[in-house]
Amino acid sequence: MKKLLILLGFMPLVMTAQETLTGTIYDASQTDSEQPLFGANLIWLDTSVGTSTDIDGKFSLPYNEEYRKLVISYVGYKTDTLIITSITPIKHALKPTNDLDEVVVEARKQATAKSYLKAQNTLLVSSDELLKAACCNLSESFETNPSIDVNFSDAVTGTKQIKMLGLSSPYILIATENIPSIRGASQAYGLSFIPGTWVESIQITKGAGSVVNGFESIAGQINAELVKPTTDNKLFVNAYASVNGRLELNTHVNTKVSDKWDTGLYIHGNLRDQKFDKNNDSFLDVPLKKQINVMNRWQYTNPEKGIVSFINFRYLTDNNQSGQINFNPETDKLTTNAWGSEIDTERYEVSAKLGYVNPEIPWQSLGVQFAFSNHVQDSYFGLNQYNIDHTSIYSNVIYNSIIDDSRHKIKTGVNFTYDAYDEFAIAQQFGRTERSFGGFFEYSFDNLEALTLTAGLRVDTHNLLGEFITPRLHVRYSPWGKSALRASIGRGKRSANIFAENQNLFASSRDFSILNSNGSIYGLDPEIAWNYGVSYLQGFNLFGRGADITLDFYRTDFQNQVVVDLENAQEVNFYNLEGDSYANSLQVEFNYNPFNNFDIRTAYKYYDVKTQYKSGKLIKPLTPRHRVFANASYETEIKNNSNWKFDVTYNWLSEQRFASTLNNPIQYRLNDYSQSVGTLNAQVTRVFSPKFEVYLGGENVTDVRQNNPIVSADNPFGSSFDTNFVYGPIFGSMYYAGLRYKLN
Amino acid sequence: MKNIVLVLLMMVTTVTFAQDKNKRASLEVDGVCMMCKSRIEKACFKTKGVKSAVWNVETHELKLIFDENKTDLKAIEANIAAVGHDTKDIKASDEAYDSVHACCKYRDEEVKDDHKKE
Repeated sequence: MKKLLILLGFMPLVMTAQETLTGTIYDASQTDSEQPLFGANLIWLDTSVGTSTDIDGKFSLPYNEEYRKLVISYVGYKTDTLIITSITPIKHALKPTNDLDEVVVEARKQATAKSYLKAQNTLLVSSDELLKAACCNLSESFETNPSIDVNFSDAVTGTKQIKMLGLSSPYILIATENIPSIRGASQAYGLSFIPGTWVESIQITKGAGSVVNGFESIAGQINAELVKPTTDNKLFVNAYASVNGRLELNTHVNTKVSDKWDTGLYIHGNLRDQKFDKNNDSFLDVPLKKQINVMNRWQYTNPEKGIVSFINFRYLTDNNQSGQINFNPETDKLTTNAWGSEIDTERYEVSAKLGYVNPEIPWQSLGVQFAFSNHVQDSYFGLNQYNIDHTSIYSNVIYNSIIDDSRHKIKTGVNFTYDAYDEFAIAQQFGRTERSFGGFFEYSFDNLEALTLTAGLRVDTHNLLGEFITPRLHVRYSPWGKSALRASIGRGKRSANIFAENQNLFASSRDFSILNSNGSIYGLDPEIAWNYGVSYLQGFNLFGRGADITLDFYRTDFQNQVVVDLENAQEVNFYNLEGDSYANSLQVEFNYNPFNNFDIRTAYKYYDVKTQYKSGKLIKPLTPRHRVFANASYETEIKNNSNWKFDVTYNWLSEQRFASTLNNPIQYRLNDYSQSVGTLNAQVTRVFSPKFEVYLGGENVTDVRQNNPIVSADNPFGSSFDTNFVYGPIFGSMYYAGLRYKLN
Repeated sequence: MKNIVLVLLMMVTTVTFAQDKNKRASLEVDGVCMMCKSRIEKACFKTKGVKSAVWNVETHELKLIFDENKTDLKAIEANIAAVGHDTKDIKASDEAYDSVHACCKYRDEEVKDDHKKE
């Protein structure tokens, strides 16, 4: 009897297991082969019982005698309804809708898009734009963008620094997925620690930016969104090789783990082990480099409950060697046998995000972010040793809602940061701990017409910077169609990591001094600046084709700044600003689309960046007054899934001021100004199929070179040795080639 | 009698409880362009209690979220009709319709076709 009951218990299970309809859905447009359709939707008519096909076009669906009509649909395909009378496996091909003489209008996606509607002056750089420069890491990905200046890599480390509004990267808040990431110890080289293929898009905001991410941004904010396991390719491979001996390999693997979990493993390797000294100054033109960068991402998506979560683990090891060509680290490290430098970095990061959107009330959402990182850099530059260990914790909670109705949005929350620094520099130990806790409130108003406004305020308490308020305001007004007039004002405050931010100066014979000693950070006071900006964007038609022009002016006024004074060629002096320091930046940009698939972007920039030094009010060294930028890109029409893409960028910089070299012996003195310099980069991409493409490019194809980038290269241990007077390319023209392979 | 009062009272309270502070509704509103979108959505917000209003140019679907204690669908539709847009239940008066911009004359086949070309 008991056994019978158990059997009976099994019956329903067996019954349902039998009642399953299986089958395969194909693409009818592929007449020569049976191409399965992945993700086609199937549903029993008038029920909620449905499923979608897997990668092989297969599906299985519960069947019940009441079900008769099966609806099969897929975006871009004609929806079919089949009458099912038995559960024999079915085979069905869906026809694309364009077979039915329907016109498919597809707007071309802009590689770089400016918003007409946002209150902030924001530029969205898509992954298409990033591919134009075949860049290998984030620091190189701004070369086709006029808003950000990419400096020539310095003579020793080969790192490219970026500038915005005439101010260097410490004044820009650089975040990855809205978590401030390139700061503190990673300030100098951090941009080269983010592989270009990991970046999905970049948002660049000029001016003070939002209060949500903190108080540190002054000239602007850059946020890089990384590729996501759910949307990135199942497999992606990018291989790159250049004539300066650089080899790179990027591999992404993404898989679905379960219904709600996806994971991705991203591996980047970078190697340069060939020595070049084309200018015969006994120094390597480009450093030797090894980098391994691994990231594992986990993504959780639950649309019914409105929850999205990301968990990231990252590990990086980076080794740089530079200096004289005969330098051997094993025997010559910290000796005067030969001048050399090594920078070894090891970094761990763990971050987690949780986002919740109320499915019932779409304007209510809650976000929680947490990030931990540990960054250890051991390095020496000739006889100067510099080590830094930085442990950082960042966390924030943001709540979004509305007041009254969805025209009045609010964002509020708190954040907490912790930074512990342990440094060894100028033969001394430095240590400090920074803790800050702050709350923010941001109100946005959008009247659905001409006006939008964002007003933010935050209050922070910081153990070294004190208690302070950070106000930010952005307003956008459109007086007529396709226009945006914007204004912004905001305050920023930060502690300057004088050694980490200026570590390139260690590659010189300069003596380091900190002149004030009563402040809380290396004896210096925190930096405080106000940023004011106005911009005007107008889109119009020129000979029937789209064009736009942008005019913007920004001014940054420092109330206090940590002045880096290089005006004595034997010294570096750090001191608090006494007097004026400002950066004025004027930019005129004109973009035009003269015919299909051809885009032109041109810009002119004028900088007036001056600081009060002990020796007078001077133009900031190595900041050109004028810059001209032009970029042209062209794509051929796609035929048989393949096409060509061409991209050319020209950059011209006016003369740049050199810090004074008057107290050097006469043979080591430089002119007051550098020469002007123009460089041309070009790239051709051949797309063979959506899966495979090959690119070939050249940087500085006209072979412009700075002849003597290193002062006193013949006597690197003499008192005039300096590697910081770089205003142009050192290596000359550089060609590269690479390929990309994608599998979905 | 007492019982009836009690039952009635209970019914009233349940009715009040059923009033959703974030009531969702969807209705069809006629219009053709982004200018119409702005006009329709603004008309909704003019009705006190409307928290969110999103109109889709292509599908003509207006998605609403509003506080049932403060307003109802009828009042919202009346406000939409007042600025010149037809809803399923309320047709805008000719006067109101005349007030919309020339490019928004959604009742005009020619104007409709013009927007289709875009």
